[in-house]
Amino acid sequence: MEIPEKEFLAPGHRACAGCGATIGVRLALKMLGENTVAISATGCLEVITTPYPETSWEIPWMHVAFENAAAVASGVESALKSQGKTDTTVVVFGGDGGTADIGLQALSGAMERGHNLIYICYDNEAYMNTGIQRSGSTPYGASTTTSPHGKESFGEDRPKKNMPMIMAAHGIPYIATASISYPEDFMKKVKKASEIEGPAYIHLQQPCTTGWGYSPEKTIELGRLAVETGSWILYEIEEGEFKVTYRPLQRRAVKEYLNAQKRFKHLTELEKDRIQSHVDAVCIELKV
Amino acid sequence: MVSIGAAVKEPGSTRKNKTGSWRTFKPILDKETCIKCENCIMFCPEGCINKDYDIDYDYCKGCGICAEECPVKAIKMERE
Repeated sequence: MEIPEKEFLAPGHRACAGCGATIGVRLALKMLGENTVAISATGCLEVITTPYPETSWEIPWMHVAFENAAAVASGVESALKSQGKTDTTVVVFGGDGGTADIGLQALSGAMERGHNLIYICYDNEAYMNTGIQRSGSTPYGASTTTSPHGKESFGEDRPKKNMPMIMAAHGIPYIATASISYPEDFMKKVKKASEIEGPAYIHLQQPCTTGWGYSPEKTIELGRLAVETGSWILYEIEEGEFKVTYRPLQRRAVKEYLNAQKRFKHLTELEKDRIQSHVDAVCIELKV
Repeated sequence: MVSIGAAVKEPGSTRKNKTGSWRTFKPILDKETCIKCENCIMFCPEGCINKDYDIDYDYCKGCGICAEECPVKAIKMERE
């Protein structure tokens, strides 16, 4: 696969060393090219790329509140359409908080109205920039500052919200899951999303060194472990047709993934086994 | 008129902020060993490795992803 050389996210941004979000955005923008308008919900990405009066973006970019990124993107798309600029791509980057929690109704509306836009959720599985508070996308067992582990609390006690399937229920033409550790798979999906007429949703898992608790050089390795253990499954749903896009040759034990992160350090063997059985069940269901 | 927001008119202006000063460990790439697989270029959070495999130390934060992901260990992390 030919990967365009040009970068549309300038360095000098304030992301933590080893940030996964900026890797995801860089790769996505490479595929979308310069005729693109990006909208960001409040979140890590907005904070790190635009410390006023500077910006990392080299394409038109707009920041709006946590809840309305998809609504604003709908407006931008409609305005471009009325001006006859139908070859301009509109892309939204929302974090898991801005997507699965606060921005969900605006996103649902945009998808249901059928706007021609791409929504990419960069999922680091908690509100990282405000200090690691849990979100609807935080996985079962993870310790965050609002779901801490200790005598009174076990860590996150609810399963991760299944955002891609909620999007699939809207009957939109394209839904995909991706990981920054599988860049070609992700970039192919971005390309496909940009070519499809109508709304497309990509849920990108993106390890976070600060919130997950691992050494910064391990960002890609952690994303890979998530996929290789079956904890995160790469698939796409094109016009209603479900397809797994990557199958690990031999699924590794979920423990390898859990043990590599501080947020799961408190889990007992029994709880790890419980997570393993859950992962097994999902993998059997999706034929991974 | 009440201001409703702010606009930044200079694209890519974070370049003014040299994040290389954050670094503790510096990646040194050995071009002899390098097999040009593009892993480091692709996985750099700063996008500061160019197609000729030159690392821009003005911005490299020293995260070490490039060294970790290099399949032939052509990148070594050295203390600054």
